Amino acid sequence: MAYSDYPSYRKELESGSLTVVAEVERILEKIDQSAHLNAYLEVFASDARARASVIDQKIAHKTAGRLAGMVIAIKDNLCFKDHKVSASSKILEGFQSLFTGTAIERLLAEDVVIIGRTNCDEFAMGSSNLNSAFGPVLNPLDNSRVPGGSSGGSAAALAAGLCHASLGSDTGGSIRQPASFTGLWGLKPTYGRISRHGLIAYASSFDQIGPFALNAYDSALLLEIMAGKDEYDSTCSEQAVPSYSKHIEEPVSKKKIAVFKSVLNHQGLDPAVQANFHQQIEQLKQKGHTVEEVDFDYLDYLVPVYYLLTTAEASSNLARFDGVHYGFRASEAEEPEAVYKKSRTQGFGKEVKRRILLGTFVLSSGYYDAYYGNAQRARRLVTNEMNTLLEKFDFILTPTTPHEAFRLDRKDTDPTVMYLEDIFTVLANICGLPAVSVPTGYGSSKLPLGTQLMGKAFSELELLQTAKQLG
Amino acid sequence: MKLTRDQIEKLAHLARLEFSDSEMDEMMNDLDKMLGFVDRISELDLKGVEPLIYMNPEVDKLREDKAEIRITKEDALKNAPNRDTDYFRFPRVLKDS
Repeated sequence: MAYSDYPSYRKELESGSLTVVAEVERILEKIDQSAHLNAYLEVFASDARARASVIDQKIAHKTAGRLAGMVIAIKDNLCFKDHKVSASSKILEGFQSLFTGTAIERLLAEDVVIIGRTNCDEFAMGSSNLNSAFGPVLNPLDNSRVPGGSSGGSAAALAAGLCHASLGSDTGGSIRQPASFTGLWGLKPTYGRISRHGLIAYASSFDQIGPFALNAYDSALLLEIMAGKDEYDSTCSEQAVPSYSKHIEEPVSKKKIAVFKSVLNHQGLDPAVQANFHQQIEQLKQKGHTVEEVDFDYLDYLVPVYYLLTTAEASSNLARFDGVHYGFRASEAEEPEAVYKKSRTQGFGKEVKRRILLGTFVLSSGYYDAYYGNAQRARRLVTNEMNTLLEKFDFILTPTTPHEAFRLDRKDTDPTVMYLEDIFTVLANICGLPAVSVPTGYGSSKLPLGTQLMGKAFSELELLQTAKQLG
Repeated sequence: MKLTRDQIEKLAHLARLEFSDSEMDEMMNDLDKMLGFVDRISELDLKGVEPLIYMNPEVDKLREDKAEIRITKEDALKNAPNRDTDYFRFPRVLKDS
């Protein structure tokens, strides 16, 4: 039987009508049959089987954790001790993590089964999953389309039923955009809600780990277990973690929701996306919420600000990959400098190199203030504007993406065309705000469309409660 | 703004990357487009705006400054591309004179 939500599955496990062992077997078989999707880079089959039987015993003894038997796929930029992790890059060839990151550690403590690591854009840089050193991922709903990115494998794995939930990371939309392209719930929590310890860094002031799930309840449950202060990440917030899952079904009060005129009138907006978005607005109004159109003049500056800051941070974060202590080393290099240059040149893919170069430029002497400094100033300006808006409104509503999933063979002659895929999602990362993408309909090619709800910092509970009214 | 080939070669060296001639042409072209794209922020009036640097407004937490061994030598060497029993192996940095 197909998995629908954790409480129903748990009931089956506790009644004895299903075992974790049987469920893991069923999923492993399905993963085998879906190998063409290229969603998993590695399946931890024997690990998962061994763990499943231990968890079955815990269930029998009533000592099982709150997520017992939940089968979870993890993006290949999350560290899991003694397992390979590569950020879908050749430069981490053969690398095995020495520790387990905090988010995964907390899930394991509640008895999840980690079933495998999923394909993604190299170092989480991309919106298509076409930038992986291990080949593209196919969208399970239409194999000629991308699943989105960068967490494309995690989205495809869940959409194809190859796990119960999955983890991604979101730096500019890397959870929400693939969730939208594959018909899932995708949550980017507030910056600092979940520890980044054990997440391979792309842009540290933007990155957040978050769940892909089939519904609001599972999203809430996973968030509540992963969130909370962590001595290994000083940017992780000490704010108390609410019992999101306990309160998720409570009725919501009437909310004030803003939509941006600049989004409604955006040139690149597909008519089907526009129609679906208007339908969502009407639905919210019918449920008694207020939806108001407001001015927001920064829309066209968001992606440029995002790229200036994230490439700068990436050029610094990726300096550690030098072929010395771990990962790939070019075999022919005989001089120290040649080891660095040849290992990095052969180890990184094209998009990663482009971003490292741009980042090196914006941080370089003579240009630093005009580019990096000004992008940080623009970040303040946009964040202040959003905080002012969020004093008047509870949430901002946008489509998640300007169109449905695009074709795998799409060719862009200009890298910045792909960057605009993130036009509606980067705002949450620029301002550190939580945002969720919810499946709300279908486009002209019968592929899923998502709507994004964005809220105040640490408003995840109300955000998820209200997002349930979409769709 | 437009970057010259010399500038890109210098950036590539700073980033410890190498490009063949044809890759360099492509990179110049791409960076040109990327810079044209991000240059848009020059339209914003940013005078007197304080740069936003820290995303978490909470004050830094301090911890005891106590030494702990969290990784054994064997673990530290486990992922090395070239090693012996005790050390990472790397091409000689100082040459015989």
